[in-house]
Amino acid sequence: MNKHFQYVLRMGDNALILGQRMSEWCGHSPFLEEDIAMANCALDHVGRARMLLTHAGTLEDKGRTEDDLAFLRDEREFFNFLICELPIGDYAFTLMRQYLLDAYHFHLYSRLQKSSDSVLAAIAAKAIKETTYHVRRSGDWVVKLGDGSDESHRRMQDALEEVWGYTGELFAVDEVDDYASRKEIGPDPEALRLDWERDVFDKLRTATLSIPDEVWPISGGRKGVHTEAMGGLLAEMQFLQRSHPGLNW
Amino acid sequence: MSETEILRLLECVHDPEIPALSIEDLGVLRSARVTDNAVEVVITPTYSGCPAMDVIEADIVECLNSNGFRDVLVTTRLAPAWTTEWLTEKGREILKKSGIAPPSRCGNADFSVNKIIECPMCDSKSVELLSQFGTTACKALYRCQKCLEPFDYFKCH
Repeated sequence: MNKHFQYVLRMGDNALILGQRMSEWCGHSPFLEEDIAMANCALDHVGRARMLLTHAGTLEDKGRTEDDLAFLRDEREFFNFLICELPIGDYAFTLMRQYLLDAYHFHLYSRLQKSSDSVLAAIAAKAIKETTYHVRRSGDWVVKLGDGSDESHRRMQDALEEVWGYTGELFAVDEVDDYASRKEIGPDPEALRLDWERDVFDKLRTATLSIPDEVWPISGGRKGVHTEAMGGLLAEMQFLQRSHPGLNW
Repeated sequence: MSETEILRLLECVHDPEIPALSIEDLGVLRSARVTDNAVEVVITPTYSGCPAMDVIEADIVECLNSNGFRDVLVTTRLAPAWTTEWLTEKGREILKKSGIAPPSRCGNADFSVNKIIECPMCDSKSVELLSQFGTTACKALYRCQKCLEPFDYFKCH
């Protein structure tokens, strides 16, 4: 498979699957302002997914559109990080996942602005502005709730323990990442990890949360091997296009 | 027909989410070009997932169709990325009159810079943030501590 295509496709899948998960809170968040904020952030991810998948389709050069890629692929053909597809859980879990990924996206898109792929650089220049707002918001919540009541602290710590094992996948390196960093399409994952860890450890300490011990890393998304939650997500997301192929607004 | 004339025709295309604002005032409309019998219009999206963009594109086509241009091509250009610096002076005034505080002139989303936000109702600078996201992705919700009115603030981008 074309590695450049694969690199952009993975990024598009992360944005799409995370955006789809976040949008599940629409109408169900704890209070109105938070509901609006979550839905707005979800929209940024879905918008980004549209641009990335369109670009991936161009790179693949087989005539697949953003919609073909989003709605007509099966589970094993999606390459998002597992952390993006995990069920929303309680709001502590949602915010913890959000913060860890926002911090990751902040450093990723900052660097991608200098990508040798000019389309990717343009998407990144757009995305970084949005992510700067995202990470500030989710980071504020992590501190408020981590350093909050006994219950909010306990829930945030539980969420952190639950999700931590999935973060290793964010910085895993295979031949696609190698290719991307060699061609200066994407950043060096190791440099990205160092920046991410610095920010995240600092924030978690401020939030009075304990950083989990080394845990068994859980991975597979980048090989198309997903958690049980993925099937349900796709069934809901793809239902309309699968039932009524080619349906348009 | 020149670019200026096409742009004048497009003054009737407004942002569906802030109807008082034309796409030119918003800074979304970048250029227009006439080739033979077709028109190419270039727009730059405000936010990646802004649902208004599809409507704006359809409205541009409809506006130019009704003015006799049958072939209209709307191109979306991503780089350079849209910024609130592209809002025109008129656009900023319209926002304020609509009860939306215009973005402070910071040029980007840099939070290290202290921004001065004024209440669009009473011009007080004593305001508090209620929520970082308002009625749309591009706005945040504030409240004036003087007149106590809540208001939308158009975020710097």
